[in-house]
Amino acid sequence: MSRESFAAPNLGGSQQAPASGFQPTASGYENLDKPVGYLCGDCDTKVTLKRGDPIRCKECGYRVLYKERTNRMIQFEAR
Amino acid sequence: MAPSQEELERRRIVGVHAEHVDNVSSTDFPHHYLGEDHSWDVDHFRNKLQVKFHKNKPFESVFSLVGIDAAVANAFRRILLAELPTLAIEDVFVFNNTSIIQDEVLCHRLGLIPLTGSLEGLRWMRWYKKPPPADDPAAQAAARASGEEFDSAASVPSDNNTVVMDLNVKCEWAPDGQKLAKQGERDPEKLYVNSSVYARQFQFVPQGNQEKYFAEPGQIRPVNPDVLIAKLRPGQEISLRCHCVKGIGADHAKFSPVATASYRLLPSITIKEPILGQDAKKFARCFPKGVIELVDDEATGEKKAVVKDTMKDTVSRECLRHDEFKDKVALGRYRDHFIFSVESTGQFESDALFLESVKALKAKCQRFKRNLADLMR
Repeated sequence: MSRESFAAPNLGGSQQAPASGFQPTASGYENLDKPVGYLCGDCDTKVTLKRGDPIRCKECGYRVLYKERTNRMIQFEAR
Repeated sequence: MAPSQEELERRRIVGVHAEHVDNVSSTDFPHHYLGEDHSWDVDHFRNKLQVKFHKNKPFESVFSLVGIDAAVANAFRRILLAELPTLAIEDVFVFNNTSIIQDEVLCHRLGLIPLTGSLEGLRWMRWYKKPPPADDPAAQAAARASGEEFDSAASVPSDNNTVVMDLNVKCEWAPDGQKLAKQGERDPEKLYVNSSVYARQFQFVPQGNQEKYFAEPGQIRPVNPDVLIAKLRPGQEISLRCHCVKGIGADHAKFSPVATASYRLLPSITIKEPILGQDAKKFARCFPKGVIELVDDEATGEKKAVVKDTMKDTVSRECLRHDEFKDKVALGRYRDHFIFSVESTGQFESDALFLESVKALKAKCQRFKRNLADLMR
């Protein structure tokens, strides 16, 4: 990196968006554009939401949605 | 000088009085009585020992064991409870559980379900030794420091140490369920399919040689098909896989082969003076039914109370509360007459379990003897 292209980090102000490398969301760990399934708290239908979608049931307009249980296997001891 | 029969009988009885118990310890050991030889003798023991079955159903047996010491009888009981191996669910892999019963509670319940299967197969199975958790270095260090030989083959699930069972249940509306619900039907059995999850819905998944050892009808299955595991409503689902291993009751109660194994001493009732007439009736009412019998007394022509069956007595000491009886009767228990009651959970039969406990005690004694011999070398 040349001296000219160096930009001092903006410590005080919040006008500038932080560099993209610091965003944990952009690390490729989890794809944010992947639709996620939720369950409507009122009518119990499955609601698929993408990033930026309003949190709202598409069937009945209810605003409480529940996350589904993880689809990973969980191990327990039968004790 | 041999003691009289009367004296021998007196020594056998633990006295039960209104407010205390006496003559508690056994006295048949050397140097207790002057001039009597009480050194242990195998022939004497063999002659004295009696076993008599009162009830011998597959999963519940009651029998008398006469002529052994309390220490030995108690050893059998404790071995039955805690040291005979059985198969039980140990690890549960939950893929999905949307029922209202939480994963850990569900898994705990699953562990307690008694399993059964071909006895030959169960005997063929080896121990599965749980390795220390991979994410716990402290436990791993402790395992290494214990100096125990680590057999890696015993820590890998294989056909001779682990049985796999699946449970996949999904609850749905019955075909005409929604219509019935509108008509006011409330019975979940009619409205939904799989509204209750029962133990019979477990699927045995034979691995390797288990195909041969646990062939039908000896497949691994719950003893009682009607054990209720959970309740579901439409849309809820349980999907899991269980690993069943062999273990002992000392590790966890689910491995105990018996529901209860207990003993009591045979009660003794001695009527010292005849109890007649109305008193005899009242006396009989002091005991459970069938303990005291009323017979015609020839001398007086009245009814007389005689002891019929002390096995049924509970030693409630009720008769000692009445002044008219308290000097006429002596209560007690036979010190060396153990009435065992062994109730199996269903993996093995009760009488076989007791024989297993004898075998286990014998093996312990042999090991002890070997260790003593090593000590002397």
